[in-house]
Amino acid sequence: MLARDDQDSLKRTPLHGLHVSLGGKMVPFAGYDMPVQYPAGVLKEHLHTRTKAGLFDVSHMGQIALRPKSGKVEDAARALERLVPQDIVAIAAGRQRYAQFTNDEGGILDDLMVANFGDHLFLVVNAACKDADEAHLRANLSEDCIIDSLADRALIALQGPKAESALAKLCAAAPSMKFMDSGPHEVAGLACFVSRSGYTGEDGFEISVPAADAERLAKTLLDNPDVMPIGLGARDSLRLEAGLCLYGHDIDTATTPVEAALEWSVQKSRRSGGARAAGFPGAEKVLAHFDKGASRRRVGLLALGRAPVREGALLFADSAGGEAIGQVTSGGFGPSLNAPVAMGYVPTSASALGTQLFAEVRGQRLPLQVAAMPFVKNTYKR
Amino acid sequence: MTTTLYTTDHEWLAIDGDVATVGITDYAQQQLGDVVFVELPKVGRALKKAEAAAVVESVKAASDVYAPVTGEVLETNAELAAEPALVNSDAQGKAWFFKIKIADKSELGGLMDDAAYKAHTA
Repeated sequence: MLARDDQDSLKRTPLHGLHVSLGGKMVPFAGYDMPVQYPAGVLKEHLHTRTKAGLFDVSHMGQIALRPKSGKVEDAARALERLVPQDIVAIAAGRQRYAQFTNDEGGILDDLMVANFGDHLFLVVNAACKDADEAHLRANLSEDCIIDSLADRALIALQGPKAESALAKLCAAAPSMKFMDSGPHEVAGLACFVSRSGYTGEDGFEISVPAADAERLAKTLLDNPDVMPIGLGARDSLRLEAGLCLYGHDIDTATTPVEAALEWSVQKSRRSGGARAAGFPGAEKVLAHFDKGASRRRVGLLALGRAPVREGALLFADSAGGEAIGQVTSGGFGPSLNAPVAMGYVPTSASALGTQLFAEVRGQRLPLQVAAMPFVKNTYKR
Repeated sequence: MTTTLYTTDHEWLAIDGDVATVGITDYAQQQLGDVVFVELPKVGRALKKAEAAAVVESVKAASDVYAPVTGEVLETNAELAAEPALVNSDAQGKAWFFKIKIADKSELGGLMDDAAYKAHTA
């Protein structure tokens, strides 16, 4: 249990009062008092998001504007490329891209979204890392950019097959947006930033809204019978089924983007032989992993039995004896799959699809197989 | 005539002679949320009081179910193993976990009756 003063020191998002009034079960998460579930429960919330639409409060995440001092967004993009292995210059106006801040060892300091808003870049970073990320940006990019922390904005994710029709009632531009489009749009007459993205594997949107208007917008969206409030519990099971990394678990300062199987997120222009190869922290190690391979790799794991295999479980090559060869970094029950799902790190030699492994759970070795991710087909509108 | 007693860890025991049927309480299932997996002890296993005897897992987390008394496992609930969600729909009925032969009835003295358990969870 949390000591009283710990509870009191938790921060609240602009939607805190709404969560409580909706019967949300509040838990501490990344320094915030957040709903882990509502009365419907994790299972129903998960399945509702996959069949209708779920509304998630992700206001704890950091929103940062990178404004180029020169006035040219390309200068902000070039500056940011000093900190990430992605091609930021190539992000067209109105588009966003998934990226990682790397450290000098090629490990991942945080993962983030970067959008080009035409005259500046808009970043969304993880809650637990946002203060460190902001300091990192200030320390490294202040010569070229004004780093503007948008702490007065909430962030609402609307995810699922009915997200488009729900948002279309309030935002005429929504239906014509494609996956990873991002930009300023009016939603219910409010000055919002809308991106067609999310972290559930479903089609959907993330809506950045001024904090003062957040509750009104959330309530308006929830008035739609297709839209249900969804807590952190289902957010985690949805992203796990979608094969998406949770920072601090599946990726951290000790994993490179190659080990994390995030090669797809590093464009050719930043790899060896590319137009702007290297030039980011830890480039030597990351590019060596691209060129020569890494010794371990993040893989999807499907248990053959019904017992969930959870974070921390050790992985073995054999049903008995031998040393652990890897570890589960995220795992649980996938409600849409109606089966346990997990991901973890294994030696590259044991990372081929179909490789049989064993996870140690309560002293028993349970069989599982290396499986393709996402576990549940994504429905992004490309 | 059966008597139902409760542990501070939210197990219930329905006592009939020297046999106790054990499950988790309705309060416990509400706290756990949607149950997706249960692991039951092997029949014949000798359990010591407070030893981890079974596991109940919700979407989010795994929790131990402890032996409320010392004794031998006589029977487990195959229906529950096949349909773990019974814990949510009928925690103190169809969702019993196992039956145990009570080795020492004096261990029952430390358990709560219905009124005491209600006060404990209030």
